[in-house]
Amino acid sequence: MASVVLEAVRKVYAGGVEAVKGLSLTIPDGSFTVLLGPSGCGKSTLLRMIAGLEEISGGAITIGGKKVNDVEPSERDIAMVFQNYALYPHMSVYDNMAYGLRNRGTAKEEIERRVAEAARMLAIEPYLQRKPRALSGGQRQRVAMGRAIVREPAAFLFDEPLSNLDAKLRVQMRLEIRKLHNRLKATSIFVTHDQVEAMTLADQVVVMNSGKIEQTGTPLEIYRRPASKFVATFIGSPAMNLFPGTIAAPGKVTLADGTGFAYDANVFDAKPGAKVEIGLRPEDAKASVAAPGRPKLVWEVTEELGATRLLHGMLAGSPFVLAMQADIDTPARELALEATPETVHIFDPESGRSLRRA
Amino acid sequence: MVERQTLFARILPHVVLITGVCIVAFPVYLALLASTYDAATVQTGQMTLLPGNQMLQNYERILFSGTNSTTREPVGTMLMNSFIMAMVIALGKIAISLISAYAIVFFRFPFRMAAFWLIFVTLMLPVEVRIYPTYKIVADLQLLDTYTGLTLPLIASATATLLFRQFFMTVPEELVEASKIDGAGPYKFFKDTLLPLSVTTMAALFVIQFIYGWNQYLWPLLITTRDNMQTIVIGIKKMIVTQDALTEWQLAMATAVLALLPPVFVVVLMQKLFVKGLVETEK
Amino acid sequence: MERRALFGGKLLPYTLLLPQFAIVVVFFYFPAGQAVWQSMLMEDAFGISTEFVGFENYQILAADPDYYKTMLTTAVFSILVAFLSLSCGLLLAVMADKQIKGATIYKTMLIWPYAVAPAVAGVLWLFMFQPSLGMLAKMLRSWGVDWNPLLNGNHAMILVVLAATWKQISYNFLFFLAGLAAIPKSVIEAAAIDGARPMRRFWTIIFPLLSPTAFFLLVINIVYVFFDTFGIIDSVTGGGPAGNTTTMVYKVYQDGKAGSNLGGSAAQSVVLMIIVIALTAIQFKFVERKVQY
Repeated sequence: MASVVLEAVRKVYAGGVEAVKGLSLTIPDGSFTVLLGPSGCGKSTLLRMIAGLEEISGGAITIGGKKVNDVEPSERDIAMVFQNYALYPHMSVYDNMAYGLRNRGTAKEEIERRVAEAARMLAIEPYLQRKPRALSGGQRQRVAMGRAIVREPAAFLFDEPLSNLDAKLRVQMRLEIRKLHNRLKATSIFVTHDQVEAMTLADQVVVMNSGKIEQTGTPLEIYRRPASKFVATFIGSPAMNLFPGTIAAPGKVTLADGTGFAYDANVFDAKPGAKVEIGLRPEDAKASVAAPGRPKLVWEVTEELGATRLLHGMLAGSPFVLAMQADIDTPARELALEATPETVHIFDPESGRSLRRA
Repeated sequence: MVERQTLFARILPHVVLITGVCIVAFPVYLALLASTYDAATVQTGQMTLLPGNQMLQNYERILFSGTNSTTREPVGTMLMNSFIMAMVIALGKIAISLISAYAIVFFRFPFRMAAFWLIFVTLMLPVEVRIYPTYKIVADLQLLDTYTGLTLPLIASATATLLFRQFFMTVPEELVEASKIDGAGPYKFFKDTLLPLSVTTMAALFVIQFIYGWNQYLWPLLITTRDNMQTIVIGIKKMIVTQDALTEWQLAMATAVLALLPPVFVVVLMQKLFVKGLVETEK
Repeated sequence: MERRALFGGKLLPYTLLLPQFAIVVVFFYFPAGQAVWQSMLMEDAFGISTEFVGFENYQILAADPDYYKTMLTTAVFSILVAFLSLSCGLLLAVMADKQIKGATIYKTMLIWPYAVAPAVAGVLWLFMFQPSLGMLAKMLRSWGVDWNPLLNGNHAMILVVLAATWKQISYNFLFFLAGLAAIPKSVIEAAAIDGARPMRRFWTIIFPLLSPTAFFLLVINIVYVFFDTFGIIDSVTGGGPAGNTTTMVYKVYQDGKAGSNLGGSAAQSVVLMIIVIALTAIQFKFVERKVQY
């Protein structure tokens, strides 16, 4: 087992496209780290660079204290689970799992022992003699994980391994992967574009955007204290509402219509008079009977989600979504909004960064 | 992929590929060389690996006058015959197969499957297994030494029909339905929608079938008796007199170069279409 | 498969099929039927009368040592050409599939022989190995090889094999390239992570995954050798010396050209038809399997 350290790592493709723009990151030993971001943000490229499947254009990658820039994939002591599983179609499940060990000259009895153990752990024992094409999607997924487990690597790399499964199976496999991690305690790096996967699996989430890291933190940190507008809107569903405002006084921000919210001036550093962007999660806003001088939401459309109800409307000239308990009565067209100061986020409109004090 | 490679491993592909390219090109290079020497040099095997100085004379002679002994027809005529044959076969195959596939995919009529199989089974009846009976029919129809006789029997094409059928089946049904709603009948749909969609398939087929037509050997060998109806592929064979020193090798080689240039040109220029056509017709 | 969106019209589909039908019936089915019919007829020695003899022509064929020799020649020719052109095609495809500089140029430079007519290919190779003036023939002689394809049957066979292989490599190369491109990149990467060195990767992963392509090509190559090499044989050896390069197709042509034994020639045609039907059946059975794979 080992930690993985990236220092100013870059990837420039032959055409000049910079997929990874000099980023540094420490993945602690035994942690489950999720690389999260929209497609094309460079997360898969980064994972493939850690695996040694892509050459590194700059910087350094260290696995377990050993610099691996020029080390071949097979010698990096990693195992990878691919998005399409990449099982060997002409080999049985057993041979798929044993192949890597055989290539390393592991003793036959040891191979048998490890494959049997992994198969038991993943409940694929009945299928060991089958070919991959005779397996369901979920079973293939397990074989792909089994192939990684038998190697007993220093780090597991997962490249969107759940994206080919249907919704129900995905939830189930997600849980199993986490359970497996709790048992094996091996360093795991998991790439996904699905924020729910990231939130449920990770000890550490790394949010990436156009080749750079936007924020690194635990799932709750990322949710509660987003470092930028990008993170704020990427995490959470529906996305955080963003609307323009002006700092009236420390701890008080006003909207276009003169109404306002209170925020925590100890947390956010903004000068009075500064134009800012206010962030408020749909689930953090509370609605009450409309009253003059209070922020007013005029909604147009409701979406019933069962337990919750979403109201889509306008707040001081900006679109706003409110999530509320779904009670029987349809609320009035105009509602007053309030929010506790801890839930109000302040962003710099230019850079998009949070104005949170360091 | 990060892979430690010895210098040997890195240059090996180039060595193998360059060797391959050289072996593949060598016979043609030699033919090209031979076509630049005078008869005596070639005849006595004095040729070197550098070109001689008779190129223009040889090509002029062969194109416009022909050889002395065997076939006296100028190669220019043969090139023309080959070109006509290749074009008629390629275009004919495309036209005939296009409408056949259209009927089979877009209409329902009695004996539709029978019609399909009737065309399909011809795959198993190449000219080689029915040489003389076919020859006899063409002779009975008075088509020997005619362009019709040379091309018509080769125009039926199971592969092209299958390919168009396969392509037509991928055309979304909604497109047909939309056309019908827009008031298009079978003719308008074919002309305004299906034909434009089929352009790439037709082009790919054209490349393959042009080569097929140009390179025909057994059929023109049977059907043509008059020198002025010969194709170049037949003509060049007749220039080689096996047991005799009469072969004018420098002229034969010039003819070989002229015979292979057009189809090779087509392949190299339309490489993408060629590969597409080749891979798809064999599926 | 069953389409809902169709056009009406009772006569139109038949009209559309008519041209293809006319050709197919007149130039394919009628002659093929004639061949089958003729194979059961025999002319008397003077060519005056013919009589129906049933399978006698086939019996004569089955008792003819010459015909067995032709079959053997065809088999040897097929096996050699298929083996050589498949292995060369595979080697070149594997090399060209690597991410190296100039891969596209190499590909272009390797595919063009497909476009050369078999007869022209034959003439090119004959010129190189023509015993009195061929450049390579002279080289062989200088090494002490008594090279003469015009007299020595084995030499003649070697020459037609070389010419036929030369022309077929480009075809196999292209299909192997397509086969290689169809192997998911991630499977190769998984094998690299699993510690398989390039050579081992080739033999344990790539080669087994290419085997459907190879089998398909094997069938196609046999068909090629049977039928499309006619031009090569006719231009290089004319079936000789002493019938050593006479393949089954070439024998049909020769026997028919001589004109004396139309029944025998027709019987041979029918045997060839059966072989093509068998090969086509194998090919289609395989295509069906490939779909499942």
